[in-house]
Formats: sequence, structure tokens, C-alpha cells
Amino acid sequence: MTDPLALETSGLTKVYGHGHTEVVALRDASMRVRRGEVVALLGPSGAGKSTFLLCVGLINPPTRGTVTIGGQLMQDGPRSLGDLRRFRREHIGFVFQKSNLIPFLSAIENVQVVGELIGRPTSVARRRAKELLDALGVGKRAFNMPTQLSGGEQQRVTVARALANQPSLILADEPTAALDSVRGRQVMELFRDVAHRHGTCVIVVTHDHRALDVFDTIYEMEDGLLKPAASPVAEATVAHA
Amino acid sequence: MNLAVRDIRHSLGRFVLTTLGVGMLLMVVMGMGGIYRGLVDDALVVTRGVGADLWVVQRDTRGPFAEVSRLPRSLVDRVAAVPGVTDAREFVFHTIQREHRGKPLRMGVLGLGWPTDKGEGLPLIAGRPLAQNHFEMIADESLGLGLGERLRLGKDTYTVVGLTRWLVASGGDGIACFTSRDAQAIQFDEPGESIRLEREARRARADEIDFGRTQPGVLDRASGPAQNLAALPGPAISAVIARLMPGTDATKVQRSMSGWSDVTTYTGPQQEGLLLKGSVDRARRQILLFRVLLTIISAVIMALIIYTLTLDKLHPIALLKLIGAPTHVIVGLILQQSLIMGLLAYGVGYLIGTRLFPLFPRRVLVTNDDLLRLAGIVLVISVLASLLGIWKAMRVAPNEAIG
Repeated sequence: MTDPLALETSGLTKVYGHGHTEVVALRDASMRVRRGEVVALLGPSGAGKSTFLLCVGLINPPTRGTVTIGGQLMQDGPRSLGDLRRFRREHIGFVFQKSNLIPFLSAIENVQVVGELIGRPTSVARRRAKELLDALGVGKRAFNMPTQLSGGEQQRVTVARALANQPSLILADEPTAALDSVRGRQVMELFRDVAHRHGTCVIVVTHDHRALDVFDTIYEMEDGLLKPAASPVAEATVAHA
Repeated sequence: MNLAVRDIRHSLGRFVLTTLGVGMLLMVVMGMGGIYRGLVDDALVVTRGVGADLWVVQRDTRGPFAEVSRLPRSLVDRVAAVPGVTDAREFVFHTIQREHRGKPLRMGVLGLGWPTDKGEGLPLIAGRPLAQNHFEMIADESLGLGLGERLRLGKDTYTVVGLTRWLVASGGDGIACFTSRDAQAIQFDEPGESIRLEREARRARADEIDFGRTQPGVLDRASGPAQNLAALPGPAISAVIARLMPGTDATKVQRSMSGWSDVTTYTGPQQEGLLLKGSVDRARRQILLFRVLLTIISAVIMALIIYTLTLDKLHPIALLKLIGAPTHVIVGLILQQSLIMGLLAYGVGYLIGTRLFPLFPRRVLVTNDDLLRLAGIVLVISVLASLLGIWKAMRVAPNEAIG
């Protein structure tokens, strides 16, 4: 993953249904994001932001278009689900609106499991998980179950989990929706710190306009169309259908 | 990190209760197997105990365990004279029911061939073998009789001189051993009034014919004891059991007796086969069917529970897929839970069963072979039970974790 471009999407189109039930959720969305760049994706509900994340996150294959992550063409033609899953666990971190922790694992185990899935020895994965939780200020709650954590704590554990595999790409879908403004801003700043320190590309779908100054690039999305908003480092090309 | 164990820890109460339930079911499966084994073992305990190489029974009957077999006592001498036979004894066996201490007492009466057989070969747990040819008995402990206890049977009173364990008839009744003479006396005991009436009837029959009227002495004899009448047979025995000389081919001896038109002979294994195919067979098949049904029910319950547990964690499974967990991790999560449940349930079933089975009124004989076989079956049903859950888990899409 030495390509300076962390992510490149080209002509990304997602169509659900067909005939008179056809819904175009994403129209020729193209984006280029460098390593270490923090990108915000704004737009009203139903604009296609989550669909874009699912396509980029190799969860939902696009109808047309390509996704290249770290120089590897991932979504173009047949790739086995196993390949995509392997790539996800090694290179992508996810943070979602709801905390999405595994309910039967403690906070530290929720983070540790990612390390173990990429083949780290248990002790190494556990140490790394503890470091991340400490760094995010929830180290003292490491052995609590998710139901024993507040919403903010849960979200920080989710962020720690997203960082556990040292990803080249973090996809976050409204990660601060469940947090107060202070906590929300802390999370956004955390993404920026991680991105800048480790060269990780972070794409955040957000409605929170109070923390937009944290982002390097801002995109807007409406009716499946992706377009850049004013941003000092935007290098996006937006193709309209 | 073992996800299966973590999930079990999370829903421990439900898992424990389910495992207990399945364990109880498996205990019943185990118990049914044990009852079946006990039934077979009980059925064979007498035939094996007497150690007969050859059973000589009434012609065209299947022996004393299957139906009534009546043979004259003199047959013992005839069998003893056959080349290859080293020892022939009378065998008397029948079931009686009497009142004892105000409760019904049902027992199998086994006649021992005194003086050759005094009961030394019986599984004695207390007391001694028979020491005299009358009025002593060896009783199985299941009859509830104590050493030295006296029991009136017919016109005589018998003293319990020895106690056995697990010496029961195929019907589960405890067996009491007497000398064959005493066993016959018990079997053919008749009330005094009945004897008097029979003697009067004999006298009346003799009186109706010329021979009786012209020979008054005959009338006197006819109304006397039956054993003094040569025309009447003595008490019948159930079978004659023969031991053969070492190295003697039993079928050869059988062939030499095949010309006797009043008897049928069976080797020891043949008699056991008849016993199992006869009185025990239907019960055996019924129990087997019940076991199969219970095993299927256990499998279905396990499958449903594992499926329900899987349904409860579809979201975590979707999440695991989202963060890239390989298929084997998810399959392992469900399969391991099923196996853990199956094996723990098996252990629970075993532990409860071993404490409960001795309290059953009939013997529950759980053999190591049966335990191993059941463990194998539990392993298989655990795997089968997980298939439905695995199928469901495989259909979960990772994006379901986001919705």
C-alpha cells in the first residue's frame, strides 16, 4: 500500500431493483482521496451516502464503476466474498452511527477480536486493544460489557475496534450521532489525529456541521450525486450522470 | 479467543437450563438403553447361571422360559445315559404369588438339583448355599426377605439361608431357589379339601367300572395318596439340563436324542436365543423404538435451541462478517456451541443417571459400550443440530449489521 492515493472510486453507480421499481442510489460517483486525508460526506437522508460507504467498504458491490484501495482494484469484476472479507479485515475499519459492539464480548475483547482475526497472537492483540482503549480514554472500562458502557464509551470502543487492524481506510457513518457535541468533536479530532499520524484515509458521513473544520475535504451528496464542497485540499472529480 | 464460550458466558442462564433439559433427555435415552440391557441380562441370568450345555424340554415346546414344559423325572436318568453327557439334572422353574406381611409377594421358584447343585454357583451376597434337601431357600434381595426369615409356602415353612443380588426372572420378579423337590412341592401344592375331593372323585370313578366294584382293594387304593398309584405320574419337572464332557460336540449329542419322540433339545445358546426372541423380544423392540424416538427428539430440541441462539446473534454475526471474520470463525462459533451443549448435556445425563438408576425398581444396566455409542450419537446430533443455525448464519449479509 505505497500508492499515495488511498482510495479512488470511478463512475460508481448503484441501482436497486429494476424496471419500474428501479432506484438509482448512486450515480457515477468518483472520488480520489490521499493517504492521511480526512473526508466529510454531507447530505440529506436518502442521498446515497451510506450506499457509497457500503460500496467503498466492499460490502455492497456497485452496479457499475470501480473501487481502488491502496492501488488495488477491488470492485471490478468477480472477486470472491472471501477475498473481499479478507481485504476488509486487513485494511478497512468501520464505525457506525450505532455503536455496533458485539454484545457478548467485553470492551477489550471487542477490540482484541479484530487483531486475532488478522492473525495476531492473542497476547499481542490484547495488548494492542488495551493501548487503543487507553488512548481513547476508556481503558478503565476495558472489562465491562457493552451494556455497562455509556453511548459515548461504546462509540469510543467502536473507534478503537476500527483502529485495531491499523487500517488504510476508515469508513464512519454518522459516528457522532449518539454523542454530545463535546464527545462528538473529540471523536472527529481523533479521526483527524489518526489519519495524520498513521496516513490513514478517513471518510466520515456526518450531519454535524459544528465539526467540519476538522476535515481536509468535504463532499456533498444529493440524489446519488457526489460533488465537492468548498475545501482547501479537495482533489475530487465528480462525474454527473 | 473462543467466541462460542464468550457467547455462552453471556447467555449463561438459558444455556445452562437448556443443557440441563437436553441432559435429562439424554439421561432417559441412557436409561432406556440400560433398561434394555437389564432386561436382557435378567432374562439370561438363570440360563447362564445353571451353566447347561444342553436343555431337554417337552417335545415341540420352547422350554420353561417361554411356555409350560412338563417332563417326567425319569428323563434325568435317560439323559444321563447318553454318551457325551457327564451330568444331567432336573430343572424346575415357575412363578408364584403369595401374601407376605400383608403384601403380594411374587417370585420365580427355581429348583436346584440337590445334592449335585446346592446353589454354590449363585451370586450370594449374604448367608450360605443350601445345606439340607428340604425347607431351606436362597432368596434374591429384591424379594425383601431377610436372612433367617421364615416363609410359609404351601404346607411347609422355608427358612432363608442365603441372599443373592440381581437374580431375577425375565419378568423382573426376584428368584428364590429351593431343592427341586421343594420347588415341586410348592408348585403342585393343593389345599387339603382339594385333595380330599380328588380322592373321592377317583373312588367314584373306580366305583363306576366293573374292576372297581369287583376288586374292593382297588377302591381303597384309588382313594389313597396319589404317589401310591402307579397309574398316576409323579410331579413333572420343567426340563432336564445336561452338562457335556469337555470337547464333546453338542450337536452330536442333540442328534442322538433327536430320535426321542417326547423331547426337544436345545444347546445353551439356542435356549438363550429362544428366550430373547420370545418373551423379551417385544419389550426389547419397544424400548429400542422409544430410544430412537427420544434420540430424535433430543436432536430436534438441540437443533431448535441452537437455531434460536443463532437467531439471537444474527446481528453480531453480521458484524463479524462486516469486520471480515472468515466463514470458519462463524461456523465454529455455532458448531462449538452445539458441541459444548451436547457434551455437557451428556455429562449431566450421565451424572444424574448414575445416581438415579439404582433407585429404579428394575435393573438399569448401563454398559461402557452403550455409553461410548451414545457419546458418538450425541456428537453426531450436535453437529446435525448446528446445521440449521449455520445455514441461517451463512445467509446473513454483513450490511445487516448497519441497518
